[in-house]
Amino acid sequence: MLRILEFLYRLRALLLFVFLEIIAIWMVVRNNSPQGAAFFNSSMALTGSLLKTQADIVGFFNLAEENQDLASQNASLLQQITLLAPYDSISGDGLDSTFRNSYMVQSARVVGQTLRLSQNHLTINKGSNQGVKEGMGIFNQEGVVGRVKTVSNNYSVGISLLNTGLLVSSKIKSSDVFGSINWDGENPLEAKMLYIPRHVLANPGDTVVTSGFNAIFPEGILIGTISEVAPATDQNYLNITVKLSADFSKLNHVYLIENTELSELDSLYQKAEISDEY
Amino acid sequence: MNIRNLLSYLAWGIILVFLQVLLFKNLALFGVGLCFLYIILILHLPINTSPISLLIISFGLGLVVDIFYDTGGIHAAGTTFLGFIRPLWLRAISPTGGYDEDTEPTLQEMGTGWYLTYILPMTFFFCLIFFTVDQWGTLGFLNILNKSFFSSILTALLAILVQALFFKRRRGIL
Repeated sequence: MLRILEFLYRLRALLLFVFLEIIAIWMVVRNNSPQGAAFFNSSMALTGSLLKTQADIVGFFNLAEENQDLASQNASLLQQITLLAPYDSISGDGLDSTFRNSYMVQSARVVGQTLRLSQNHLTINKGSNQGVKEGMGIFNQEGVVGRVKTVSNNYSVGISLLNTGLLVSSKIKSSDVFGSINWDGENPLEAKMLYIPRHVLANPGDTVVTSGFNAIFPEGILIGTISEVAPATDQNYLNITVKLSADFSKLNHVYLIENTELSELDSLYQKAEISDEY
Repeated sequence: MNIRNLLSYLAWGIILVFLQVLLFKNLALFGVGLCFLYIILILHLPINTSPISLLIISFGLGLVVDIFYDTGGIHAAGTTFLGFIRPLWLRAISPTGGYDEDTEPTLQEMGTGWYLTYILPMTFFFCLIFFTVDQWGTLGFLNILNKSFFSSILTALLAILVQALFFKRRRGIL
């Protein structure tokens, strides 16, 4: 017995090493699964406020560009309002459920993010106190950015679109063919569009938008444009590369979108025994 | 290690973590070269540090950086491995006559030639573990090697640069 203990004592460094490695790998696996979240992440108050201070300082130098973007977005929104104004009496009276708005939007700021890993995340300066919930979509005026993963009181962590674990339901705008956008971990400017059958005519330059099928994003939010179409090694699907429209290296102001009917949809899916990973 | 040394290591560690998460986190050379300067905290601990405390310090440091990177435990996996192989590698490349007690394996103490043979493989193995865990199953091994190679060179270069610029004194780090 004593000999065994002595033997183990001599191996203590190795044993501790194996133990700590197992903990680390287990935390990685837990963090990367869609349901699980890391115990410690950057939405914690201390980390969040530190990252926010940094973002405040860096953001100061981009104010002019930021203002220009917001002004141009205001202009396009104003134009949409003037287009929609004649229909105001229809959409406003709430009698017709076709026009009922089931999405709530609020603005937020990205205070920290990674770009060069294969599982990229971003930190946002709003949390449960401001009404942010897990599963909300994140986008900016350029296109889809990601999805909220974990929420703390004043900060939240989102999965970036540049994360090999995130699938976004999407469609080719011109042909209305549905597929999924998934990042392959290689180039932060491009992503792959999966599950587009071979018979579909997809051309470089076609716009790819969200499909509205997965209940995070409403239909029609820009994701990017097709940059390359190639016959895949797999016989059934095309290998489509999409140039992402959002510039992830310059993320600052983003919008969080919540589907207020998500719980109803979820319970419906559960009844129908469809698994939906958002 | 007396209390003054301990405090100076703590301060040095905090500075390194701050630099890492505020500055080097956003740095990527040609999209493949990442910089993990904070690992020199582990690499520069005194040579007679016990393996157990080395492992615990490494794991803790990795975890702190993980929180800022939102990577779960990828950094912790890498730094723990680093803490484990450090004594082995130090023994493998020990100069004739062995080390002095309480020496820190830094550029000033050991000279450029020895330091390069020390830091390059260590940073490379750290990066190898880091990118392997990060890209598990998504990209090929060649991609991991490529990223590890450039990241380790960048990290080693920065480590040498920092020491050459800021640590003129022969002993002590602060």
